[in-house]
Amino acid sequence: MVETGHFALVLAFAMALVQSVVPITGARTGDERLMAVGAPAAIACFLLTALSFAALVTAYVQSDFSVVNVWENSHSLQPLIYKITGTWGNHEGSMLLWVLILTLFGSLVALFGRNLPPSLKATVLSVQGWIGAAFFLFILTTSNPFTRLIPAPIEGRELNPILQDMGLAVHPPLLYLGYVGFSISFSFAVAALIEGRIDAAWARWVRPWTLLAWLCLTGGISMGSYWAYYELGWGGFWFWDPVENASFMPWLAGTALLHSALVMEKRSALKIWTILLAILTFSFSLLGTFLVRSGVLTSVHAFATDPSRGIFILCILTLFIGGSFALFALRSNALVSGGLFHPISREGALVLNNLFLTTAAATVLVGTLYPLAVEALSKDRISVGAPFFELTFVPLMVPLLLAVPFGPMLAWKRGDLYAAGQRLFAAFACALLIGICVLLFVDRTAVLAACGIGLAAWLLLGALTDLVLRSGIGSVPAYVAWRRLVGLPRSVFGTALAHMGLGLTLLGIVSVTTFQGEKIVALNPGENLTVSGYVLHFEGMKAGQGPNFTESRGVFDIMSSGGASLGKIVSSKRFFPARQTPTTEAGIRTFGLSQLYVSLGDPDASGAMVVRAWWKPLVLLIWLGGVVMMLGAATSLFDRRLRVGAPSRRRKAASKLAESPS
Amino acid sequence: MRQALQAICLAAALVLSVGVVPALAVRPDEMLSNPALEARARVLSRELRCLVCQNESIDDSNADLAHDLRVLVRDRIKRGDTDQQALAYIVARYGEFVLLKPRFDLRNAALWGTPIVLLLAGGLFMLFGARRRAASPPLSSEEKKELDTILSGRD
Repeated sequence: MVETGHFALVLAFAMALVQSVVPITGARTGDERLMAVGAPAAIACFLLTALSFAALVTAYVQSDFSVVNVWENSHSLQPLIYKITGTWGNHEGSMLLWVLILTLFGSLVALFGRNLPPSLKATVLSVQGWIGAAFFLFILTTSNPFTRLIPAPIEGRELNPILQDMGLAVHPPLLYLGYVGFSISFSFAVAALIEGRIDAAWARWVRPWTLLAWLCLTGGISMGSYWAYYELGWGGFWFWDPVENASFMPWLAGTALLHSALVMEKRSALKIWTILLAILTFSFSLLGTFLVRSGVLTSVHAFATDPSRGIFILCILTLFIGGSFALFALRSNALVSGGLFHPISREGALVLNNLFLTTAAATVLVGTLYPLAVEALSKDRISVGAPFFELTFVPLMVPLLLAVPFGPMLAWKRGDLYAAGQRLFAAFACALLIGICVLLFVDRTAVLAACGIGLAAWLLLGALTDLVLRSGIGSVPAYVAWRRLVGLPRSVFGTALAHMGLGLTLLGIVSVTTFQGEKIVALNPGENLTVSGYVLHFEGMKAGQGPNFTESRGVFDIMSSGGASLGKIVSSKRFFPARQTPTTEAGIRTFGLSQLYVSLGDPDASGAMVVRAWWKPLVLLIWLGGVVMMLGAATSLFDRRLRVGAPSRRRKAASKLAESPS
Repeated sequence: MRQALQAICLAAALVLSVGVVPALAVRPDEMLSNPALEARARVLSRELRCLVCQNESIDDSNADLAHDLRVLVRDRIKRGDTDQQALAYIVARYGEFVLLKPRFDLRNAALWGTPIVLLLAGGLFMLFGARRRAASPPLSSEEKKELDTILSGRD
């Protein structure tokens, strides 16, 4: 089975080469037979990669330690689910997942692209083939997951205990679906540059695929954030870590792309800019892959000690980013930009959105790479951490968030800012009132928190205002308003949901960063600690046993300040003997949208247990906001005009009708 | 992936401080009795990097070195240093690498300047582009004539 997988991977590489060369040759020479090779090649490439991936998963499930990769990352006592997820919990396996998703998207274009112009489809598939071929070669030469080990060890070294969590089952696949999903818009952009024209089919296609990739990336990032929050034991949700930034940059650029693709689809303006953003977004994905996979982040010198992988990905990076930008420079003049608009218009608002989002992405990029540049140029080492990003990123986001509710209110081509302001007056007044209430009744010193909560309320109410005005609630009879509301295009709901999700996330972030309560004390059994009005009574430590770890659990009774019992919290420290690794399992108890979070330390000199407890008000909103954004994207994805198959079906029906009288 | 890095950091910390099981970041015995000073120490701790970790502040880190630095910060504050003096003291010993917020100096000009420059350049480009588009040249006499013939032909 392992050799089958290896063989399938080599075949997939060969198939990717066919896909890279044949369809585009057909498109350039106008040979339809050659163009037709693209779709079956892409599907075959996906099936072969899937077979290869299945072989690796099988090796993991069977604990086949004669495979180096399985031996390094699995253990026979590991629960089955972690044996399976361990497949992509390491470099080689995760790269295989990467190409699996890449070929999946390629085959989806092949399957659903029947109504695309044949030469465009062939070129797109070839560009996908280039990316695929490069990464297959990378895996086969530097990161082969099927390398054997002789003699086979009896027991494996176990998956890193921190990764033994449901988070690993969800986070990387979703993240990669997002990262790699942007390859579709990239391939379309490069194909448009090669062909020298962009037609209506191009815009209709790029938006839903971008939307899908964005949906998955949003999910991947918020899931990863929640995972870090509960797993790492100090209750943070975002660290501005270079690895996180690597996923955040494509998200920012992808969000900009989503909005500019909207302008392009509706008004056929901003064509050249949309192409550039599509290239940029996938470049950020590739850069993220490079940063995470090459080890360059720890230090330029760590990268230099084992450079084979890093240099290979750097070559891929240079080839694709450099190549696509060169192509852009050469060919973008051939594209006709159309659709004039006044600066105060929906288009203008979306351009403003793009300006802020791309600047934010560039800021994150510079912040992430600056220490590397300084180290490479001057041998000095500097750090760029959370304080830098908070100082630069937040001021960039505030004006953008303030402008968000205006966008959907403005008309295309030429909008009326004053009228939009009038319509948003109620939302603005309410948001202001909420901010003032926070200041008066919650905390009189928390000016920034009041502003932040007011801003979140502004986003939420602004999005609602759009729905209210479009359906005419309050100005027409209820049943008419209901009919109008139901009849609104799904994309309107999508926009409102996505913007509301943003507001919810913001509300959660502001609330946790300003109103959280923290207590760090050393406790003996029987003692209490109080955090934000909750009393935690420490019962003591109990020993426990898991399938592949031992643990000691600290049990706490939660009481309200009045003395009423609110249940228990169990926080534990685990020890994984196979890797000799300790981990902490935070005890978390949810009250509505807020959480009590308890983490255990070591006994201090007198034998008392060090306990760190937080009250995290509205913390769940941070990730629920992400889920609402995903819902928004999904709703928008099911909008009639985006269902790519729909128009062709209608056209077929129409042609049948036309035929039937004769 | 972050978790993997975290694990590597943890492993590095473990190797460097043999046999130490990870404790919590800030420990009760480190904390200053004066809550105002302790609050200042916490704020400073968030701006200082744990040198053996991957991008973690000493406030978040479990490593022994972070513990030492936290004690050092509190020691300086207790001796009456201002925040700036305490930071300068630590930078003098551990180098600029320890600062999570790089200094505003010439070498970091490109770092701090990027957002402002990009925003201004992009904004100016947008305005300029919009002006240029709005100010499309008036019709030439031939175009006017052509327009007139089209309009009169419609009547």
